[in-house]
Amino acid sequence: MSKANKNGVREPLIHLSKRDSIHPGKALVIRLIAVVLGLVVCGLVAFLLIERLQQKPERIGDFYYSFIKGAFGTSRKFWKFLKNVSILLCISLALTPAFRMRFWNIGGEGQTLIGVLACIGVDFYWGGKLPEPLLLVLMLLAALAAGALWGTIPALFKAKWGTNETLFTLMMNYVATFLVSFFLMIWVTSGSGVLPQMKTGKLPTLGDNSYLLIILIVLALTIAMYVYLRYSKHGYEISVVGESVRTAQYVGINEKKVIIRTMILSGALCGLAGYLIGAGLDLSVSADSVGGQGFTAIMVSWLGKFNPLAMILTSGLIQVLNQGAAQISQDFDVPGALPNVIVGIILFFIIGSEFFLNYRVHFRKGKETVK
Amino acid sequence: MNMWLNFLIDAFAFGATFIYGSTGEILTEKAGHLNLGIPGIMCMGGAGGCLVLNMIGRSDLPPFLIVILGILGALVFSMLCGLIYSFLTVSLRSNQNVTGLALTTFGVGLMKVLMIKLDATIYLVGPKQMYRWPFAGRQDSLQALGVLFFMAVLIALAAGWVLTRTRIGLNLRAVGENPATADAVGINVTRYKYMATCIGSGIAGLGGFYYIIDYMASQEAYLSVEALGWLSIALVIFALWRPPLTIIGSTLFGLLFSCASFITNIPGITVTMAMKPLLQMLPYVVTIIVLVISSIRNKRENQPPASLGLSYFREER
Repeated sequence: MSKANKNGVREPLIHLSKRDSIHPGKALVIRLIAVVLGLVVCGLVAFLLIERLQQKPERIGDFYYSFIKGAFGTSRKFWKFLKNVSILLCISLALTPAFRMRFWNIGGEGQTLIGVLACIGVDFYWGGKLPEPLLLVLMLLAALAAGALWGTIPALFKAKWGTNETLFTLMMNYVATFLVSFFLMIWVTSGSGVLPQMKTGKLPTLGDNSYLLIILIVLALTIAMYVYLRYSKHGYEISVVGESVRTAQYVGINEKKVIIRTMILSGALCGLAGYLIGAGLDLSVSADSVGGQGFTAIMVSWLGKFNPLAMILTSGLIQVLNQGAAQISQDFDVPGALPNVIVGIILFFIIGSEFFLNYRVHFRKGKETVK
Repeated sequence: MNMWLNFLIDAFAFGATFIYGSTGEILTEKAGHLNLGIPGIMCMGGAGGCLVLNMIGRSDLPPFLIVILGILGALVFSMLCGLIYSFLTVSLRSNQNVTGLALTTFGVGLMKVLMIKLDATIYLVGPKQMYRWPFAGRQDSLQALGVLFFMAVLIALAAGWVLTRTRIGLNLRAVGENPATADAVGINVTRYKYMATCIGSGIAGLGGFYYIIDYMASQEAYLSVEALGWLSIALVIFALWRPPLTIIGSTLFGLLFSCASFITNIPGITVTMAMKPLLQMLPYVVTIIVLVISSIRNKRENQPPASLGLSYFREER
């Protein structure tokens, strides 16, 4: 049934146009619908995958309740949730300045890992030989420098020769991973490949909670990053370079300088995240220290529209899903990787919903013709 | 002498995983889509094939049918992933990097959940020999090469021919370089993007399947498919976006990868265990060097497709 106008040209069934702006309330509703639809699909997929649920379909309520229980069930789980959000948010904040200038730094994983490696390396060689405060400062400096180095190498090549930064930073992740394996081979003489926890170089605890200091550091960083991107000259230059390199050149911004400066910052902050993981939590390093959070952070930053304050919510959402799915794995006896499946499905829906925020969809109406 | 031959054949066999992965990725990238979902797609391809084999592995079906059905299972699962990716990035114009990463998260997770339920004595033990046709049962190193290996080489050569020698290939490259121009001359941009992504995903998925069922043929093989997926994306750069070059590139990657475990067998060379990770790092370092050199030389034909990573919206041109 093809509809044709006077000229005999078929009018397409669906017509798209770009929105200029969208009411914030409407945007929120669209996003909520996406998350709810995603959760429904998660339920269906879970029904296919989880045998316990097939035997007792009435436990589907428990299934959804687990999302809340996983993150907020006990005070211990809640602190763990806050810690997980903080680390993920820290890496996301680090990547954000680069993304705002359309520099696709997908090397957050490697930049963070090399930060962990550097700070544990300092601890390994000088732990116990230096006073603890000095050691902690040295570890921090090493982590910042290592992260910055890992971020700056691709930036230099991007600025000088336009080398594709997405692919370059991706490769740097693996160089970092194998460097960690290399140092583990040297440091661990037993051959087990697992570095025992360090006795020195632990971040002090505030009050009686070992996570509180990390949470406060990341909170301060969030506000600082918001101010930096929004109100500083640097932040403005980053936005201009991101919008159009030509405009930047025209108004006299040296875009090469901005790219390199921003990537030093981005890499160094990833190094900071590595320091929080190394000195604050693990006191050890392994190829899996960052555990893919460098990649998740890319999605957190993008979902938060590169706005540091919104990213608190998006990293929170991801971690609710992660911990909730881990809880489901436990309650319904599903091995391992279920959180990835659930996070993936919800992400598909949120990513898809962006379309309805940016575009208006018009369907072909009755016999009307195109104006 | 024989030792060197074994080494080379092993590198060929290992490399076939990358031939699949990167040929698939090249097709997608030629349509202008940087698909970072390839690791997840390769995992899902592996899971799909094994799922089918888990159902028919012990049945009385003739071996060639079992081989074909396994391949079909891998194709269906990975092409479905490709469909999700292309719906989000082509129709809904989502950010390609974010969509790809989400797909990898999803695919790797789902594969791990699925594979743990399967029984390796059914999907692996019997079918493994069928996939090694025609060299199955031989005593020399040739027995490592099977149907899926030769298919990989053929697919890479065919993809190269289609891209450079046919009208379809020309149109596809036009879509990746400048979709607005392609649209203006009447090429259906959306259809090309969908087709290239889905076919590319199907090819990549076979790579994961091949690695699990044929090259490694072990129960834990599926755990390392993701890492190979990322390496396949690296290989695209190395092969300068030309499918036939992936054959050479992946053999080289295979050599670099397996030389870490092989080098200890060579008399006269002593390496400490600590050197092993450094050797394994080589493929990535070599890729970075190739990426840098090709950007410095800046020859037009060695560059990524011009609109790689950008969505196309007709009314915005």
